[in-house]
Amino acid sequence: MADSETPAPAASGIPNGSGAAALLSAGIGACALPVFAIVADRVPAFQKWMIFYRPTGPLSGVTTSAIVVWLATWGIFEFRWRKRDVNLRLAIMASLAMLAIGVLLTFPPIADMF
Amino acid sequence: MEITSRALWSLIHGMGFGGLYLLACSGAIVELWRRYSPSAPAPATAADQTFLRVYLIALAALGWLAVLTGAYIVYPWYRVAPSPGVVDLSAFPQRLLLSSPSTAAWHSLGMEWKEHVAWLAPISITMALAVVVRYGRNLRNLPQLRNAVLCFVVVSFLAAGIAGFFGAEIDDHAPVQGGRTLHLVSGE
Repeated sequence: MADSETPAPAASGIPNGSGAAALLSAGIGACALPVFAIVADRVPAFQKWMIFYRPTGPLSGVTTSAIVVWLATWGIFEFRWRKRDVNLRLAIMASLAMLAIGVLLTFPPIADMF
Repeated sequence: MEITSRALWSLIHGMGFGGLYLLACSGAIVELWRRYSPSAPAPATAADQTFLRVYLIALAALGWLAVLTGAYIVYPWYRVAPSPGVVDLSAFPQRLLLSSPSTAAWHSLGMEWKEHVAWLAPISITMALAVVVRYGRNLRNLPQLRNAVLCFVVVSFLAAGIAGFFGAEIDDHAPVQGGRTLHLVSGE
């Protein structure tokens, strides 16, 4: 994303990479959560594996894993982009698309289609 | 006047952390929209920025406390399974809801949606906090970034609203019960 084109310098004077990293990783985290939940619902072995805390059941592993994915991708993007300008428009479009997919996939009638 | 410890935790989770989050989130939307708009009459002052940072830190804390108390304190009481042969399901909210076609959807739709969508709220607001801390008043010069952050915060508000609505309704139809009884006020 950062290398696909040379974006104009951010008007703020601060590279936009940190903002893009935060947005994109939040979108990935929002999308990862229902994906983990759907897989746990369909694959018994994965569901069992997602039980990090027995009283809470698979929800504990699903949410913890999504948070790990979110924070890990945030850390990676931040490390790579914090001092540079990236294609912010592309990062925003991707993050909002993943957020929308994430919201839709949490809705049980849609999640049950998979 | 008495309340059980489980009902009290349910109250702290829902009305305390969750309810406050919903209220405060609407304020965050207004602040982000008003202070960092390119057409704002005056740029955000240092005091404004400090206020918004503290506000968003409190909001993120409320969001995380709401989902963590929900998932790790209240939800285990909700989903606990009865022993074989138990007929009275009043202490087993999930099973109580599923026992009747008229209430089953509160679990299969309501709780199934709530338990996942709620987590989008703290994730989104933590991201918004990070962006505000990083860019401060410069966010005014990055309208695309500001608008995207606002979208996440609005989704966070909606997610919390969905979770709050279903949480209240589920608690109305099948409240978590039990635990220690706390005496609040003695009657005359």
